[in-house]
Amino acid sequence: MTAALAEKRTDTPVSDAPGPPAPVRRTKRERAFDDVPRWQIYLPLGLYLLFTLIPFYWMLLFAVRPAGSTSLVPWPMTFDHFDKVWNERSFATFFQNSMIVGVATLVATTAVALAGGYALARFNFRIKGGFMLALLCSQFIPGALMLVPLFEIFKNLQLINSLVSVIIAETVFQLPLSIILISGFIKNVPVSLEEAAWVDGCGRFRAFCAVVLPLLRPGLIAVGSFAFVHSWNHFLFALMFLSEQDKQTIPVGLNTLIGADSVDLGALAAGGVIAAVPVVIVFAFIQKWLVTGFSAGAVKG
Amino acid sequence: MAQAAAVATPKKPPRRRSATPRRLPYLLIAPAGLLMLGFIAYPVISVFYYSLQNYNVTKPWRNGFAGLDNFKRIFTEDDQFWTTLAFSGQWVITQIALQLALGLGLALIVNQTFIGRGISRAMVFSPWAVSGVLTSTIWILLYNSSTGFSRYLADAGIGSYGTSVLSDTGTVFWAATVAELWRGVPFFAILILADLQSVSKELYEAASVDGAGRLRQFFHITLPHLKDAIILATLLRGVWEFNNVDLLYTLTGGGPAGETTTLPLYVANTGIEGHDFGYASALTTVAFVILLFCSIVYLRLSKFGGEK
Repeated sequence: MTAALAEKRTDTPVSDAPGPPAPVRRTKRERAFDDVPRWQIYLPLGLYLLFTLIPFYWMLLFAVRPAGSTSLVPWPMTFDHFDKVWNERSFATFFQNSMIVGVATLVATTAVALAGGYALARFNFRIKGGFMLALLCSQFIPGALMLVPLFEIFKNLQLINSLVSVIIAETVFQLPLSIILISGFIKNVPVSLEEAAWVDGCGRFRAFCAVVLPLLRPGLIAVGSFAFVHSWNHFLFALMFLSEQDKQTIPVGLNTLIGADSVDLGALAAGGVIAAVPVVIVFAFIQKWLVTGFSAGAVKG
Repeated sequence: MAQAAAVATPKKPPRRRSATPRRLPYLLIAPAGLLMLGFIAYPVISVFYYSLQNYNVTKPWRNGFAGLDNFKRIFTEDDQFWTTLAFSGQWVITQIALQLALGLGLALIVNQTFIGRGISRAMVFSPWAVSGVLTSTIWILLYNSSTGFSRYLADAGIGSYGTSVLSDTGTVFWAATVAELWRGVPFFAILILADLQSVSKELYEAASVDGAGRLRQFFHITLPHLKDAIILATLLRGVWEFNNVDLLYTLTGGGPAGETTTLPLYVANTGIEGHDFGYASALTTVAFVILLFCSIVYLRLSKFGGEK
């Protein structure tokens, strides 16, 4: 991943200029520009890494440590907590429900946002400004505060206790940012590429699929992953719209463990690990696109 | 939201032949527009409507039009409203200030070239993917009074046994703040890093030739370049930190003694546990207006006052 990012870097001379090697002697000024003293990088970074990683370690430790042990090294290891959470606390069901919600939200958000983003990037139409404003305004509306009317809507649609309600709610709240992101990515694809395809006899749709879509892959992966991670993580909609236990999702399951009268820390930690695994995998997969995803879409608008 | 209403009823332009691109953009935004109309615009209007109603499922005999009674109650009778509003302000400002400072520092560091940068970035950004509930889970394990971090500190002779920072009114704010920072800073850092990568290298070289040190380069090149990104990131995060209830709901439940109840959490409790939907809707309306007002003021101030 470093190679991909190194090409994008513009602020240090290191990755540029593959030509002649730099002059051996540089002035003091130039060195001051080039080289941040190593300790100024590694010391704060190291401290921050401790802050980031110790909590993860702590959760793993509690998850595999036998009950009653206070050792800081998880040895001997036990998987009893996982067994208990997965089978007795029905995390197997929660996991499956969360997967359904996550994947469905990913597909729905990406498809709808792709259409909307293309319209914003490539056309001028009368309500474009209004549509953009609506997208931005919707960012100010707290999902938590709309629970009551949303609940009534889903009740009228008879979608309470159906995963569909959560999928719709997650998709809708994921849409505005996704549309803005995707339209940013599409704007970065030169129109001339599409026009060339039209000249060659392609229709707009075929030209889009053949020319634009492949170039959008990083953007689509970024947007799809955000949608997945968000819906995997989000808690309130599932808590409110799904009252039957066999319809619940992982975050709600975790909250049940937190709220238990005597908190079983081992089970809680194991549940946390189960909740973390999919998002960690997605994160590892997308993190090299993460930064470019934001610079193309969100920040620059 | 009025604009969203226009989305669903596009005016048909006079048509000439098949598949003219004039209709295409409306077709393309139709799915998004309809979804947002049905599940954002309509609920928002419902909230405004309910805010003028007595609507309490436990007291159906006195439901009906209430006029501005709910709002009168908020501003004249409800002390809890002011407490939770003050806490929301304290929470958002603390989070944003610390996330900005730490996120900016982190972005500047991982923007350098050094051995192990890729893996370090991956590790320091990783809490971004973690949810509020999972963050709570992790920090509950860390803060636990009998087996958490404090026990090991006490064993090593620092501090004492049996203090849970989450149930002590003196420490709960900072305990929750640290937990939220843990996952908030990476997101801030990612946004800033994204913009940092578009700073032109030539500017630094020119400044360097002119004899500007790293500190001056930072204040005269880096910060002005990042200004827009910082304003946007701060605004988005501020709104998000105000609105989000996942973490505090699961970590502290708003306690101890209501000490960590934000306004949205208070609204959720009023509406969902108290079943007083009319009053909760009025609170929502007030929260929405406050948020919009603060955002507009913030944007105005940063645009006109923030010239470097």
